[in-house]
Amino acid sequence: MLSLLSCFLSLLSFLVHSCIRPWTQAKISLKDEKEIDEGTSYVAGEEETPKGLLREQMPRHVAVIMDGNRRWAERAGLLTSQGHEAGAERLIEFAELCFKLGIETVSAFAFSTENWGRHKIEVNCLMSLFQRYLKSKIHFFQSEEIRVSVIGNLEKIPESLLGTIKETEEATKRYKKKHLILAIDYSGRFDILHACKSIVKKSQQGLIREEDVDQTLFERELLTKCTEFPSPDLLIRTSGEQRISNFLLWQLAYTELFFSPVLWPDFDKDRVIEALVSYQSRERRFGCRI
Amino acid sequence: MVDQIRHMCVGINQILEQIHGFSRRCLFRVISMGPLPIHLAFIMDGNRRYAKKQDLEDGSGHKAGFSALMSMLQYCYELGIKYVTVYAFSIDNFRRKPEEVRSLMDLMLEKIKSLLDKESIVHEYGIRVYFIGNLALLSDQVRAAAEEVMQATAENSRVGLLVCVAYNSTDEIVQAVKKSCVTKLDRDMETIQLVDIEENMQMSVAPDPDILIRSSGETRLSNFLLWQTGSSQLFSPDALWPEIGLRHLVWAILNFQKSHSYFEKKKKKQM
Repeated sequence: MLSLLSCFLSLLSFLVHSCIRPWTQAKISLKDEKEIDEGTSYVAGEEETPKGLLREQMPRHVAVIMDGNRRWAERAGLLTSQGHEAGAERLIEFAELCFKLGIETVSAFAFSTENWGRHKIEVNCLMSLFQRYLKSKIHFFQSEEIRVSVIGNLEKIPESLLGTIKETEEATKRYKKKHLILAIDYSGRFDILHACKSIVKKSQQGLIREEDVDQTLFERELLTKCTEFPSPDLLIRTSGEQRISNFLLWQLAYTELFFSPVLWPDFDKDRVIEALVSYQSRERRFGCRI
Repeated sequence: MVDQIRHMCVGINQILEQIHGFSRRCLFRVISMGPLPIHLAFIMDGNRRYAKKQDLEDGSGHKAGFSALMSMLQYCYELGIKYVTVYAFSIDNFRRKPEEVRSLMDLMLEKIKSLLDKESIVHEYGIRVYFIGNLALLSDQVRAAAEEVMQATAENSRVGLLVCVAYNSTDEIVQAVKKSCVTKLDRDMETIQLVDIEENMQMSVAPDPDILIRSSGETRLSNFLLWQTGSSQLFSPDALWPEIGLRHLVWAILNFQKSHSYFEKKKKKQM
């Protein structure tokens, strides 16, 4: 009886929560939007570790699913393209902050293979945004010594964007300490399939034997082989959705997941610190007992 | 006099259970008016912490966890969920202390055998049981018991219970990749598709889970169903596994229903 009563209370609180949450989220979004306009969301040049965080316990690799650009634009009365622009700007700030805090690798899910199903105008806008941003930020990446890698299928993306990607990767390939990985036209299942094909090819060429294929060898064939730390320690997903959405499936085996209800363009410094504090409070066991 | 009181208590208990069951079925009728998940997966985390919290002896946490599992299965199948997958024992768990591993294996053997009892939940709900994992890593006794249950329930088709034991997802993926490579080796490797890997996955006997629930508040996958949960909704209640109950299941399904319409709209836009 008690559990049934608590069920009905759950149902009631769920209904209340559903009504209140969208309202409070909108309030948060507009408030933070003002802060962005006033340029107070990040403190440039800060290297001091914020209170509540330990530098030695920073994750080496943080991944992010940047969800919520379109909803943010809708709530702010802006165009979808402006939402994506705000999202791109937020990514640069996010990566900068992570690197300043000592995080070596940042991966971002910029465009999923499923996203090809969106409206053509939006897809073209995104492709053009990627190209514009990468091109305009090459000098920034070089001055900050950030290595940029792009992982994904890349067969369907426009030639001009492909050219810019190659140019950016080439211009930044020598940098070792900070690595920004952009997943464009990426899917975790495609990554695994790609590794599978690579293994078959090497097997046919006599480079590996079937009995040598194990998890370590397999991991080296994934697209994340561009980094020494292919498995993120922390994955952040914004906008309240609690799904992986086919991002880095293999690599997320032991990753700590952090879901934030905040929309991506509003994911400011305080939110990043909140995610890192949550990460540092977790006990990671990797299947064993500590 | 004492006997009379005892009989009365038993009678009252029976009445309360019937009221509880009736109320639960009414609640499920209400919930079923919205979309229901077809497949739920559980990471049953927190048994040992529960034993510590309740000051119980070692091993009692896992026993309490098994009772919680049986209750959860009953709720799921009553609600009409077709498949339930549980993460019983990971390959990584073999690295735990030998006495703990042995105790878990003994408990597993006892509980696997009990599934064949006439009064067990398997017969009540017509469950087909699958044991998913690298079963060669198990002792002969446990493996034999698992195979016996799979054989005995092979004709059941109402609902499915997938028990992941000696399992981890990266191992499942590598085995599936090896199998699909062997079948395609004599042809052009370009012909290997996602569906080739998928059909060689041990979990291909069921559709991908709609919801993955991990108890004890930890928010990570721990190498469980990485391939299959790409689109699953994740839910991590703070309750330790033996504390998991009806309200957590209801909350998970309500959240699923709330995001389901948005998710379906998103899928349709991308089609």
